[in-house]
Amino acid sequence: MSNLILEVNDLTKKFGDLVAVNSISFSVQAGEIFGLVGPNGAGKTTTVKMLTTLLPPTSGFASVAGFDVTHHARDVRRVIGYVPQLLSADGSLTGYENLLIFAKLYDIPSKEREKLVRDSLHFMGLSDSADKLVRSYSGGMIRRLEIAQAVLHKPRVLYLDEPTVGLDPVAREAVWEYVGTLAKGGTTIVITTHYMEEADAMCGRVAIMNHGKIAAMGSPADLKASIPQNGEAATLNKVFEYYVGDSLEPSDAEGSKKDFRDVSRTRRTARRLG
Amino acid sequence: MSQEQGVLPAGLDNRAAGYQTSLLGGIANFFTKTLVIAELEVRKLRHDYTELFTRAAQPALWMLVFGEVFTRVRAIPTGKFRYIDFMAPGILAQSVLFIAIFYGIAIIWERDLGIVHKFLASPTPRTALVLGKALSAGIRAVSQAVIIYALSLLLGVRLSWSPLSILGIIIVIVIGAALFSTFSLIIACIVKTRERFMGIGQVLTMPLFLASNAIYPISIMPEWLKVIAHVNPLTYEVDALRAMMLVGGTSLYGIPFDFAALILSMIILVAIAAKLYPTVAR
Repeated sequence: MSNLILEVNDLTKKFGDLVAVNSISFSVQAGEIFGLVGPNGAGKTTTVKMLTTLLPPTSGFASVAGFDVTHHARDVRRVIGYVPQLLSADGSLTGYENLLIFAKLYDIPSKEREKLVRDSLHFMGLSDSADKLVRSYSGGMIRRLEIAQAVLHKPRVLYLDEPTVGLDPVAREAVWEYVGTLAKGGTTIVITTHYMEEADAMCGRVAIMNHGKIAAMGSPADLKASIPQNGEAATLNKVFEYYVGDSLEPSDAEGSKKDFRDVSRTRRTARRLG
Repeated sequence: MSQEQGVLPAGLDNRAAGYQTSLLGGIANFFTKTLVIAELEVRKLRHDYTELFTRAAQPALWMLVFGEVFTRVRAIPTGKFRYIDFMAPGILAQSVLFIAIFYGIAIIWERDLGIVHKFLASPTPRTALVLGKALSAGIRAVSQAVIIYALSLLLGVRLSWSPLSILGIIIVIVIGAALFSTFSLIIACIVKTRERFMGIGQVLTMPLFLASNAIYPISIMPEWLKVIAHVNPLTYEVDALRAMMLVGGTSLYGIPFDFAALILSMIILVAIAAKLYPTVAR
């Protein structure tokens, strides 16, 4: 039996007339790094909010480690870690205190707390700043602190929403390095990003989202191989353009866009059947 | 998949069991988590306590200017008390109210920063998150008592120093701040943006303050205002404070009734807020 940790079936979220997430389905294996990629407004954050129990789905089903996000929200919350899109560590507390409060909220026994927090800070390279107020941290340091905060309780699935936005290349690389280490340790990672190169380099599989739907899904290599090769090296960006049409830029030919969609739908169906 | 149902990773299951199997465990967990949220506030205050002093300006203005003038003109019938004695507990309640109302906007800030999201994605009971915030407001509000007591000493207000009164006053202030901060949180959950909250916050605080017995007795109010004052929890907060803070102070409604009114309002508001709080993250 495959070891599925995350199962999503026809998950939909509507805000009034706006369909933010439109009947998406996917599943993630334990230990995988799974990427949700796509432009801003594609529905990535809404999807993550539903999977982290922050937002009730309009319809459809999602489960984490066997727990339904709608009916067993509390159980889901115990087995997940979540790093929101914004830099959300508390600036008026020290790095140590930020972690300590979460260690308490996640029922880490008092005997283990201090050591666990110090070890996590050390692992994230923040030992020297542990007792400084977080408002003096750089963006990269805050992000690392937040990841430490989100994995203190050893979650089975870690959600990272656009973790590298606004970081300089060095800090960005550091974040990916830690994410890679966590995944090797067995944590399943679900990450959203609109940087296609990052998804390409780091994710085992990606789902390309656009207008609330999954346009294509697979390993970066398979996705790149699935589009017509025209001599130059395929990139996820090209994959995106191929499956989504030219919607990265405003389209002037609605007809051709529709054709693209039809083609991609046929292809997806073919792949599912094959 | 079916055999995977309900399986927790090793090391987590003990902890989980500790807080879900029994009602008692659930209650213990609820109070522990409430205190953790309040601890967060204490730690913040320890890093930056200047705010506690900057908040002294407003009550000082009320007592030194408004209070001194009205003590001279004797326009307001305050029985055996001088006006300044009468108003000191009212101004204490007022500054607690103003601190508490600030909490709604803090929630909107925390939402904009993503802090709320992280707390909501944790297994912390929603009611504990709300009550912990309320308690935080209470802790902050107690510092106001120190300021008002200092001003009162300066102005010769005859303060009661019995330890029981002081304990009672601290409890009333904590409940009062908890109640109004939760009220503010509910407003924040409904209006959702800082701009709208600013407008509504202003519109609500002054009526709450003026439609109470804080700076004049209810007996001199017109009938319609009396009705409003009697459903305003601030009235019972002031009544209890006045009875305990002043030498020879008496309660109009009885201290047990004041406590009951305050606690009941708080429970109702916390219950509503716990339902609404998760919606700020959506």
